[in-house]
Amino acid sequence: MMEEAKAGLERILLAHGAGGKMGHQLIARHFLPFLSNPILDRMDDSAIMEMEGFRFAFTTDSYVVDPLFFPGGDIGRLAVCGTVNDLAMGGAIPLYLSLSLIIEEGFSLEELTKILSSVQKAAQEAQVLIVTGDTKVVGRGGADKVFLNTAGIGVIPGNQICISGSNARHGDRVILSGSIGDHGIAVISKREGIFLGEEMESDMAPLNGLVQAMLRASQQVHALRDPTRGGLASALNEIARQSQVGIIVEELKIPVRESVQGACELLGLDPLYIANEGKLVAIVEREASNSILEAMRRNPLGRDAEIIGEVVADPREMVLLKTRIGGTRVLDMLAGEALPRIC
Amino acid sequence: MCIAIPGKVVGLEEDGAIVSFGGTLRKANLDLVEGVREEDYVIVHAGFVIRKLDEREALETLELIKGAGLEIH
Amino acid sequence: MKYIEEFRNIKLAQALSAQITRLSKRPLSLMEVCGTHTASIFRHGIQDLLPPTIRLLSGPGCPVCVTASSDVDKALMISRMPGVILSTFGDMMRVPGSYGSLQEARAEGAGVHIVYSPLDALHLAEGRPNQKVVFFGVGFETTSPLIAATLKRAMSLGLKNLYLLSVHKLIPPALRSLVSSREVKIDGLILPGHVSAIIGSGPYQFLAKEFRVPAVISGFEPLDILQSICMLVEQAEGEEAKVQIQYRRVVSPQGNERAVRCLEEIFHPVDEHWRGLGLLPNSGLKLREEWREWDAESQFDLPTCSSEDPPLCQCGEILRGVLLPSQCSLFAESCTPDNPVGPCMVSSEGTCSIHYRYGRVPSHDGRS
Repeated sequence: MMEEAKAGLERILLAHGAGGKMGHQLIARHFLPFLSNPILDRMDDSAIMEMEGFRFAFTTDSYVVDPLFFPGGDIGRLAVCGTVNDLAMGGAIPLYLSLSLIIEEGFSLEELTKILSSVQKAAQEAQVLIVTGDTKVVGRGGADKVFLNTAGIGVIPGNQICISGSNARHGDRVILSGSIGDHGIAVISKREGIFLGEEMESDMAPLNGLVQAMLRASQQVHALRDPTRGGLASALNEIARQSQVGIIVEELKIPVRESVQGACELLGLDPLYIANEGKLVAIVEREASNSILEAMRRNPLGRDAEIIGEVVADPREMVLLKTRIGGTRVLDMLAGEALPRIC
Repeated sequence: MCIAIPGKVVGLEEDGAIVSFGGTLRKANLDLVEGVREEDYVIVHAGFVIRKLDEREALETLELIKGAGLEIH
Repeated sequence: MKYIEEFRNIKLAQALSAQITRLSKRPLSLMEVCGTHTASIFRHGIQDLLPPTIRLLSGPGCPVCVTASSDVDKALMISRMPGVILSTFGDMMRVPGSYGSLQEARAEGAGVHIVYSPLDALHLAEGRPNQKVVFFGVGFETTSPLIAATLKRAMSLGLKNLYLLSVHKLIPPALRSLVSSREVKIDGLILPGHVSAIIGSGPYQFLAKEFRVPAVISGFEPLDILQSICMLVEQAEGEEAKVQIQYRRVVSPQGNERAVRCLEEIFHPVDEHWRGLGLLPNSGLKLREEWREWDAESQFDLPTCSSEDPPLCQCGEILRGVLLPSQCSLFAESCTPDNPVGPCMVSSEGTCSIHYRYGRVPSHDGRS
């Protein structure tokens, strides 16, 4: 609070929503004082609660992506996949979603219909039902075309599964389900219109099927995260912090598509910090890592899965990257906004 | 200070070259260079081609470096 | 990706590392001038491949970092004028001026657009004939010819609503200032590859001839940097001093003469204030008299602002290689990438930002 007071933080900046340090600090310093409770404080992708002997997961997310339509998806598909995935990251089987829309006056009914059709298709893929919702319309300028919010409920079967960002242990292995950077680059390239030719597709997908396949291979999955805003680097840092461990990953093992690499080099962006919407990172018991990896590779969404690193005791709460030339550097959480750079 | 990376020219249009960076395509202005042809490798900075990449020199540089490796053993 | 991946080969990196270790006998301080080199060194962990005799210093080659806060203030003022859009590279958005940054101004409703190329500013001006578009021209010799080419295009199109706020700077005068001040012992210089693609190797000859400092023009991939360090060590151990080109696939001794001609058509050198280095003669570029109507500084009412660096900020000493970021009292305490005090922490190529984000590896004592 001191630094912000010194810097005179009076207004919310775009960077607060980018999924990195500033957002976390905003929540920790300005939200939690009002809202704190043992469940919320865990700050996992979804809240896990126990009632009458069974466990359920509950989560919510808002979707403000611009542009609304991009190669590989749209805001409707994102709204279903994002929330389904947050539930899946807690080891839950997603069951029911709510859907709220805030629509700017003048928004095209044709586009709205396209979005709702995507919602339907994604919900069918994820095998969830939209059971309740709300619609609001605001005057021109009151919202940017359309904002969506979904909340979701899922159930965690049995009592063996214990998946949380705070459960990573020394000796665990880190598995990444596939290539990183696809979604963020698809959105940036569509929005900025700077690339030509074949469009780069978002990787947006519901991951609950993949997670269930992993849990059938072994229940010794300790932590799961889908690296959305802030990218893989931020997701790993969150886990390191929550679990009070260190994580070391190898750059050469992390898959990045060549076209995404090219786009990142051009924009001066680092794929490790770019959003993904169809990937997960798993922290698993060392002995179970090979069987879980095999199960992932048999699933269409985990074909390119790789073991990319391991969990260590020290340095605590830090993520280190072994670089492609054999050096070591810190892989910090995203600072500020990932602004493309030229200079 | 100067992010500029090598890409391959895959097309030439009136207002610039179409350059491929690992499959990602971007248009680059040619006002600052001469004699750029398709299949050339070029260095692009902020939407402009600033130099053609000399492929022979690139290979020679790699050979020199590989030579450094041989010297040790 | 071709011509990138091959220059990141781990076996060859290790071979160069072994060679440097074999050749290096006495302690050497080598300065990499360019922020992109600093970023590459830290991103790839090149320090880990060097023997303890080699110390790397970061120099002032970060155009964002050396932009005076009074120039940021001018850009801020322009962005707040009605009917005016300030277009800028993303790099400048978070640099603090005296009253906030462009990012904060945008949050308050000021007209600020991020662009990827000066041509984007031209297209913006074409598309909005009722508004004025000012391009915030930051960058060294790699970037300034692009702006020159863009203005020439704009003129041929008859555009009347595009302007340039030029704070462009030149590298050789900064190098002269560094080696002549003798504030820091510099045993060799890693010179910027893309600036040199434009200006060639000629402008650096004074380093060897007048000051006997070895210099190598280097590419940006790990093998380029390692090979350049190897060449500098060879020179230093052999008591030589010359300007060599490692980045031969892109840099020729003459450079890109066409780009230089374009630059000289539009700009002329002026004495310019560099944050951290002070006023350097003939180190900045402003528009020539014939191009006055494109010059934001003559066409807009901009009061002269004085440049004040934030108290306790030691970006100056860091830009000159006198201090390491960890030696600044604000580093990682009240000055972080999320709450930057000075520009070295803002720019992704600023020394402090790079040290903060990549360099604080617990086992690397004395380096961060």
